[in-house]
Amino acid sequence: MCGIAGIINYKSSEDKQDLLTRMIGLMHHRGPDALGLYLNGAAGLGHARLSILDLSGGDQPIHNEDKTIWVVFNGEIFNYPEIRQDLINKGHRFYTRTDTEVLVHLYEAYGTDMFAHLNGQFAFAIWDQNRGTVLLGRDRVGIRPLFYHLQNGRLTFASEVKAILADPQVPRAIDPETLAEIFSCWAPVDTRTAFRDVAQLPPGSYALYSQDGLKIESYWTMGFEDADPWRHSLTDLTDELQALLQDATRIRLRADVPVGSYLSGGLDSSYTTSVIKRKFNNDLCTFSVTFADERFDEAAYQDTAVEALQTAHRKIKCREQDIGEAFPKVIWHTEIPILRTAPVPLFLLSRLVRESDFKVVLTGEGADEMFAGYNIFKEDRVRRFWARNPSSTLRPMLLERLYPYVFAQGDGKAKAYLEGFFKKNLDQVDSPVYSHMLRWHNTAQLQGFFAEPLRRQMPSLTQLTERFQAGLPDAFMSWHPLSRAQYIESKIFLSNYLLSSQGDRMAMANSVEGRYPFLDHRVIEFASRLPVTHRLNGLKEKHILKQVARPHLPARLIDRPKQPYRAPISKCFFGDHEPAYVQELLSDTALEQTGLFNPARVTRLVTKCRQRQGQLLSERENMALVGILATQLLDQQYIRDFPAVAVPQPDNLKVFRA
Amino acid sequence: MSDNKTLIKDFIVENFLFGNADGLEDGTSFLEEGIIDSTGVLELVGFLEEEFGISVEDEELVPENLDSLNNLEAYIKRKM
Repeated sequence: MCGIAGIINYKSSEDKQDLLTRMIGLMHHRGPDALGLYLNGAAGLGHARLSILDLSGGDQPIHNEDKTIWVVFNGEIFNYPEIRQDLINKGHRFYTRTDTEVLVHLYEAYGTDMFAHLNGQFAFAIWDQNRGTVLLGRDRVGIRPLFYHLQNGRLTFASEVKAILADPQVPRAIDPETLAEIFSCWAPVDTRTAFRDVAQLPPGSYALYSQDGLKIESYWTMGFEDADPWRHSLTDLTDELQALLQDATRIRLRADVPVGSYLSGGLDSSYTTSVIKRKFNNDLCTFSVTFADERFDEAAYQDTAVEALQTAHRKIKCREQDIGEAFPKVIWHTEIPILRTAPVPLFLLSRLVRESDFKVVLTGEGADEMFAGYNIFKEDRVRRFWARNPSSTLRPMLLERLYPYVFAQGDGKAKAYLEGFFKKNLDQVDSPVYSHMLRWHNTAQLQGFFAEPLRRQMPSLTQLTERFQAGLPDAFMSWHPLSRAQYIESKIFLSNYLLSSQGDRMAMANSVEGRYPFLDHRVIEFASRLPVTHRLNGLKEKHILKQVARPHLPARLIDRPKQPYRAPISKCFFGDHEPAYVQELLSDTALEQTGLFNPARVTRLVTKCRQRQGQLLSERENMALVGILATQLLDQQYIRDFPAVAVPQPDNLKVFRA
Repeated sequence: MSDNKTLIKDFIVENFLFGNADGLEDGTSFLEEGIIDSTGVLELVGFLEEEFGISVEDEELVPENLDSLNNLEAYIKRKM
């Protein structure tokens, strides 16, 4: 795992070495083991390496036989031994044992058709000296990041936005449209970043940059075919899924360093851990977060899993003040405002992994999207069922099963009122975004905290929704409503939040690489062809996955109620352990200085929070607080006081010139 | 506007809208407009009980009583 960066300038010659060194220096956490540059005419590539394969021989950039093709690469190609053999049979010669090197030869052999051959999580740049072009590629669901900025025939790109902003030629300004997207859909809905004029290469796409400009093409998209359950027996499909997950896990254990596993106490990571333990590594180390606040804590389930699977387990206990203290650092790494604190414990967890001398962990991410684990899928189903008979008093009672912690407030008194909450737009079942419209509408209420001049630059929720709908696949409305909801959730939440703010960025902050068996594209493609009932059976989530896991895990872990992963919020920032930055960034002066929020309204929120010693009643107020603090921190660290960390001077830099 | 309604409106604006009264009419549905979210309703009940010295019964916790300034005003009037 690594960080990559590059500058391609066709218009004018510039000395790229200093800037590239600074760019990869800012991503030192992604690759502390070695730094390499390639400089040749229009092109400059940079690489910060975290050594996982071919520890002594794998320093990058890496080239082909005659040094006309050079690559910098972040990530893993899990099927590289098979690809390598195939390429050797075709006459290609290799000088390392890395997965990186297969990319240059695969490019030679197949050009931009190379992506169909890759099973992995990757972002890379290939410079083709003869053609004078660069090819940027990114994995199918966006596990590894790749950002770029294009101006006047000069392209800069990097694994993290901070590296792009290190270039004094790139303006640093927060993008109000992105704020509108986050403060309604929880994450950017498409390719925007927090900063104007810096975009991400979409997952499943490549970009070819030449003298003629930048051309972005999609090579893979998620698509559903809802199969008939009668023609595909659950038993046969269960066997098939089991074999597939076993293979997806097997190839994700390929590394020249030890591989550990996260074990949250939920079904997904427990199952992956059980596969590793049974089939591949009896001497497995696992890691987890526990919470001092028992409402969030899953330690009892983790203990059950550890006892059943017999792993060497290490855990951290996360307290509210730990979250408050680490939050600014976390925002430095997310590079984008977030509305929840859930990334913070994962940042602390990857630190534990690193301190335990591990660089690689397998985790259970993706199962909830692919096998319909989230409540939002059930909520969509219940609301559609209710919409067919809106006067029913029994149908809305199903909602209580989804949100027991919401309905239990005040001894369950507020039931009828809460049902009214879920009744909004009940009849709009033909909307493509029916599943998510309630969430988006409620979150968009937070935009009332923005300063008026900024708000005027933001699209309305209707405009945002229309824009999103316009980008949906042609067949979208022919899919089952569950598949539609899964697509939306994967497109926005999985790629642009879970795998980034809560995934890559939190793990790489401590030089740790996450690997995700459930996001093997073979698993995704299998899941998206499953009969709907095998995914969400009535209101039972992940039906087929539970069948697969049942023989290998204690029933307690399979039949437990699903607990959404959440972390404490307002008490992390107020009360006995209030961090100094909270007052500093939420003061009238600070708010007026950034001009992002309405100081009077934020002050009212803060006052309310202080009066309750950090205990806010509503989810929305919690989200508002986290979102405002995160945005203010982002402004402080990226606009006013950039860079917020000292750029380390490289002592192990290698430069290749042609 | 009756005194009660003003009191309630001030509370809603202060506590749920943080001072932003734009678009809040007497008949505005709190649920439709997302003014009170799924976890905020008990805060409203607490306010009604303290401010008006009434006791809100479980079966009264329905949108017909609580979902707009008009509904709230009428409800309080009946209770007092």
